[in-house]
Amino acid sequence: MSTSLPPVIDIRDLSTRFGEVWIHRHLDLQVQAGDVVALVGGSGSGKTTLLRQMIGLLHPTAGDIRLFGEPLFGGSVQRERALRQRFGVLFQHGALFSAFNVFDNVAFPLRELGCFDEAMIHDLVMLKLSLVELLPRHARLMPAELSGGMVKRVALARALALEPELLLLDEPTAGLDPDRSDSFVRLVRQLDKELGLTVVLVTHDLDTLAALESRIAVLAEQRILALGSIEEIMAMDHPFIRNFFHSDRSRRALEAH
Amino acid sequence: MNGVPLASLVSSDSPVQGEGSVTLRGEWTLSGLRNGGDALERQLVDLTGRPDLAWNATELEALDSAGAMRLWHLWGQRQPDVLVIRPEHGHIFERIARVAKEVSPPPAPRSPFEGVIVVGRLALTLRAVLADAVALLGQLAIDVLHVIRHPKEMPWKEVSANLYKSGVRAMPVTALVGFLIGVVLSYLSALQLRQFGADVFIINILGMGIVRELGPVLTAVLVAGRSGSAMTAQLGVMRVTEEIDALATMGVSRSLRLIFPKVVALAVAMPLLVLWTSAMAVVGGMVSAWTQLNMSHHFFLQILPRVVPLENLWIAQGKGFVFGIAVALVACYFGLRVRPNTESLSANTTGSVVTSITAVILIDAVIAIATRGVGVPKL
Repeated sequence: MSTSLPPVIDIRDLSTRFGEVWIHRHLDLQVQAGDVVALVGGSGSGKTTLLRQMIGLLHPTAGDIRLFGEPLFGGSVQRERALRQRFGVLFQHGALFSAFNVFDNVAFPLRELGCFDEAMIHDLVMLKLSLVELLPRHARLMPAELSGGMVKRVALARALALEPELLLLDEPTAGLDPDRSDSFVRLVRQLDKELGLTVVLVTHDLDTLAALESRIAVLAEQRILALGSIEEIMAMDHPFIRNFFHSDRSRRALEAH
Repeated sequence: MNGVPLASLVSSDSPVQGEGSVTLRGEWTLSGLRNGGDALERQLVDLTGRPDLAWNATELEALDSAGAMRLWHLWGQRQPDVLVIRPEHGHIFERIARVAKEVSPPPAPRSPFEGVIVVGRLALTLRAVLADAVALLGQLAIDVLHVIRHPKEMPWKEVSANLYKSGVRAMPVTALVGFLIGVVLSYLSALQLRQFGADVFIINILGMGIVRELGPVLTAVLVAGRSGSAMTAQLGVMRVTEEIDALATMGVSRSLRLIFPKVVALAVAMPLLVLWTSAMAVVGGMVSAWTQLNMSHHFFLQILPRVVPLENLWIAQGKGFVFGIAVALVACYFGLRVRPNTESLSANTTGSVVTSITAVILIDAVIAIATRGVGVPKL
């Protein structure tokens, strides 16, 4: 990818207000193609809100969000839909359709597209399932029968179904045991390498941050305080960063990698 | 990403049987395939099932798994004999070939006793349903005894909240429906009665019909649709979000805290709602009688107690009490059956409303037979 391309995510002067409370004020964030960016911030700092605004589920109070250089809203329905098919989202709790089994969940976006026959969809779904390290026999299970880790894998397979260029992950490792969480991070990293995705994730988990070797966007004081590699962020002197990265627990997590 | 027209994707140099080569160009991606449309399809038709050709994929600009899968199907689900490809694209086909080898387990063969199995499963389900219903009733009886013995543990707050939600908040809609039914019933009866000059009997018809039958049944149907469905959905979502399990771990009886208050609240609220709805329906009938038959309110209200004996009011109150308990129990039963998926929630909410309305009408028929000699003017 050449550098002349517009940033995959381009947020300018974004402000969000819930009632009387300002969540974001004059927030700017650019994510370049191929980057892996982790949004970190304290509880209630508006990480998930920002993510939901990026995917068009929430309207910011003021400001401008562009994905792939195009505005999220406006224009024809086809344009909006085409834009939304260029990114995949992994919701925190998976958001699998509980009335569908695993196969149909992953097949759903492909069927909606309406340009493949069933044989092609079947093989593509099986390919996606193998990509997230699930076995063919898992395809017939219902979401209620899956463990937490498997739900995330299936949700990831669904997010990848339309070959997105951008993948957004909301707390991808929350609720997974360390072992599962490690293997999930490894999976995301491998997919990122294989498919050349741009990845934006929201996380609290320092292990995830360290293992993904992502760039880090620190969300505090209602804006992006800093964006850089983990070393650059660690070198900054700010109360939030001190608390978040320099506690004993975080040191241990970061040294382990 | 999507700039290259797909017509130039494939260029085949003399694709003669057994020899020739195909060069793949452009973007074999999901969006590329969609942009290609019919032009691409026409081009591909000639190349379907020709893995014998030499395929050159080194000039591909982009390849994703959708594009690779399209090629795989084009080749008849195998690698062509000659395929030149860049290594970063090669691994996609390696993965596809690997997945294709993993045979998915065949669906379980149909048993010759399919019919027997279906009937047996139905019978077992029916038994389980009955057992659950009996267990729910028994638990309720235990709760009642428990509360009588330990009056301090009476869940007053929950009862009062449920009274407000399913009683007070139901007043506007039951009033509106009752009033309109009264107007319509009175209007239609007035048209008929006027032909015979039997105007005065409109009070008998409306009084008996509304107070004894229509009022209680109408209220129960409205409450089943309004509060019964809400109760089922609430309990169902509480099950899905594990709130009921959380209650149980705190040592709080789910039946005492969730089911008992709903049953008590509806048992109290329903007779009052029956009274309210019937009153509104009688008012509606009175208005219609006044406009159609020019019958004054004074006259109507003077005659009403004479033609509708007081027993009818007591029967209506009793019906309200029983209907309230039935609607609440059915709603709670279905609510506790919800499994954690959306389909189950909708199926059980539907089941709750349909079953409680059916139950109300069945119970009404039984009460009608049991009380056939009570409160009816002797001829």
